[in-house]
Amino acid sequence: MKIQLNGASIEAQVTTLADLLEAEGFGRAKVATAVNSTFVPAAARADHALKDGDSIEVLAPMQGG
Amino acid sequence: MLDFYGTTLCNGLMLGTAQYPSPAVLADAFKRSAASVATVSLRRESGQERAGQDFWQLIRDLGVHILPNTAGCHSVKEAVTTAHMAREVFDTKWIKLEVIGEEDTLQPDVFGLVEAARILSEDGFQVFPYTTEDLVVADRLLQAGCEVLMPWGAPIGSGLGLNNVFGLRSMRAHFPDVPLVIDAGLGLPSQAAAAMELGFDAVLLNTAVAKAGDPARMAEAFATAIQAGQLANAADPMEPRDMAAPSTPVIGKAFLE
Repeated sequence: MKIQLNGASIEAQVTTLADLLEAEGFGRAKVATAVNSTFVPAAARADHALKDGDSIEVLAPMQGG
Repeated sequence: MLDFYGTTLCNGLMLGTAQYPSPAVLADAFKRSAASVATVSLRRESGQERAGQDFWQLIRDLGVHILPNTAGCHSVKEAVTTAHMAREVFDTKWIKLEVIGEEDTLQPDVFGLVEAARILSEDGFQVFPYTTEDLVVADRLLQAGCEVLMPWGAPIGSGLGLNNVFGLRSMRAHFPDVPLVIDAGLGLPSQAAAAMELGFDAVLLNTAVAKAGDPARMAEAFATAIQAGQLANAADPMEPRDMAAPSTPVIGKAFLE
């Protein structure tokens, strides 16, 4: 299926959000996730099924003022 | 003491973590200033570079309180979602709530701010709202559940200092028991000292330190100024007056004409 990951269009052969993070190299990285602008807690990633056209944001700590 | 939602801070310097020439300079600025709080943000992470992971380790090593922000958010929904993501990543209830309403001044959208503050407060967040010196908005924020207010000194990154001293003084007088933080717009330590002399509890700044020629030295200068201003406020400054008043006693002066 085709999805948007942090604004980039990619082809992903995964079922869940947790699978996507693993496939894209995030592993155990400290990140927060949102699907279609809705926050998905870490504990819910394994049960969150992705579908074609989903837009996923993966955010990490960054410098801020 | 400086009490923010039950957390006692050892000083009134909250320092941003953006725009430093290098991570080492950032760490040095925190070390020399002994800032008590670091503001941080969330941005898109790459699964290959994982830049955020190194940054997070650096911040943790500073040993300071973490205040995540919702910088760049222009809507209530965006700010609330970002706050939830920040709470999970940084494992803190604290959120520096920014809902930007105007691009040129980065002035907060105070209507959205109040709404977002209410939603987040009801959800257990401890909200640090980036607001203006408007007293009515301040009152609404308190009603929404905020226990801290953070009025701007001047537009973010401008270095203009305290643009509305009258308004800020009014705010201090109207809310004597609410922790007040000047957030944004400071450029010089003297401006931070002035804020503390007005009775503010802390200042939050970033650009003035990060963009100085020597950020660590400037951070220390701010820390010293904050301490001086705080001490001056506690010392109950004299009232200014329009007419001169000789400080040297007149009685006993020799008649030499």
